[in-house]
Amino acid sequence: MMLDAHQTEKTDAPLVARQYAVAEHKVRSRKDGSAVQADGIETDWAALVLRVRDHQDRAAFAALFRHFAPRVKAFLMKSGADATLAEECAQDVMATLWQKAALFDPSRASVATWVFTIARNRRIDALRKARRPEPEDLPWGPEPEPDQAEALEVQQDTERLGVALAQLPEKQRALIERAFYGDLSHSEIAAETGLPLGTIKSRIRLALERLRQQMS
Amino acid sequence: MMTTIRHHLSEQLLTAYAAGELPEAFNLVVATHVSLCDDCRARLETLDALGGALLETADATPMSEDSLAACLDRIDGLSQATSRSPMRRHGIFPAPLADYVGGGVNKVKWRNLGMGVKQAILPTGKDASARLLYIPGGQAVPDHGHRGLELTLVLQGAFRDETDRFGPGDIEIADEAMQHTPVAEHGEVCICLAATDAPLKFNAIIPRLAQPFLRI
Ligand SMILES: [Zn+2]
Repeated sequence: MMLDAHQTEKTDAPLVARQYAVAEHKVRSRKDGSAVQADGIETDWAALVLRVRDHQDRAAFAALFRHFAPRVKAFLMKSGADATLAEECAQDVMATLWQKAALFDPSRASVATWVFTIARNRRIDALRKARRPEPEDLPWGPEPEPDQAEALEVQQDTERLGVALAQLPEKQRALIERAFYGDLSHSEIAAETGLPLGTIKSRIRLALERLRQQMS
Repeated sequence: MMTTIRHHLSEQLLTAYAAGELPEAFNLVVATHVSLCDDCRARLETLDALGGALLETADATPMSEDSLAACLDRIDGLSQATSRSPMRRHGIFPAPLADYVGGGVNKVKWRNLGMGVKQAILPTGKDASARLLYIPGGQAVPDHGHRGLELTLVLQGAFRDETDRFGPGDIEIADEAMQHTPVAEHGEVCICLAATDAPLKFNAIIPRLAQPFLRI
């Protein structure tokens, strides 16, 4: 799966997207927004989040909103929210992205993954109301200047997962979707997802081991 | 700092946690184990990435036309977080558990169950319950069957049952069919965090002292 901005624009609300693309272009031409690549073939979402973090860049935020808000809305509707609630929550999720940009660590998660975790937590608040304690933070926080190579690898991992997902038989893919949309019984969750998660798993573990060694 | 953990969370539990679908008591046990276990942390991050890939590849649902403008207005007044609010480990209690107890072992409000065995029920949602267990070396936790799922996470010391030995960080996942008699190893007091999604049913023929008290 490539993060093709042109392709995704088509599936988003096209009129609104174009309108803001123009607005964004103006903003970019005023500043030297070299990291903003919203018109490029591949959009570097992580770079946009870092622009939100470092420069409160509203154009970067708008580009993130256009891409992710409609996906979050769809995710929430598949989880049982009606359109009004899903739209409201998608707005909340994007506002949270703005507020918590400093906590985003591109060497640990892609923007899509990070947005997913925010959306999941918002869904728990809105629909289920069960508290979900988080694991303890690792003893190191996000680096101010994240390792480019690691960030790229994390991004590629998510893309590879997307490809793997797309190649799964329909039945299996549906099972995974339903598990994440909160639509599976316990016994259904027990079924194997059959995803090739092994390599990614071990890569993340290696990274953790290396970091722990550096800490001690 | 890490001991070798041999008994891990199942794929199903991790998936349900990643999806935000577990009752609070189980969320607490999962978050506590992940805080201790790099392996399961890596697996969980992979599942979060799977959620991200699903979000990224799913069909988008258009947001209403004025939603971006509304969100841009909204973030105007919002301050951005600069760092995560710290969650701290207290001795043998990883941060998520320390948060429920309000500190370390010395903050636990134990209730005696006889034979030196103690427990403390933690405040969680009612669809499942969590408790801390304090079992002196050589003492048994009564034999019981389960109507549902039971998770037992060792925080200090160790216990053995018919299946294996469980030391610090190890988690035993017992289902409906399982009959077991965990006994704390001699030496250090065994302290565990346990969660059940149904009241325990006791079925030992010879009544044991602790039984009526262990019922939740
Ligand atoms: Zn583990």
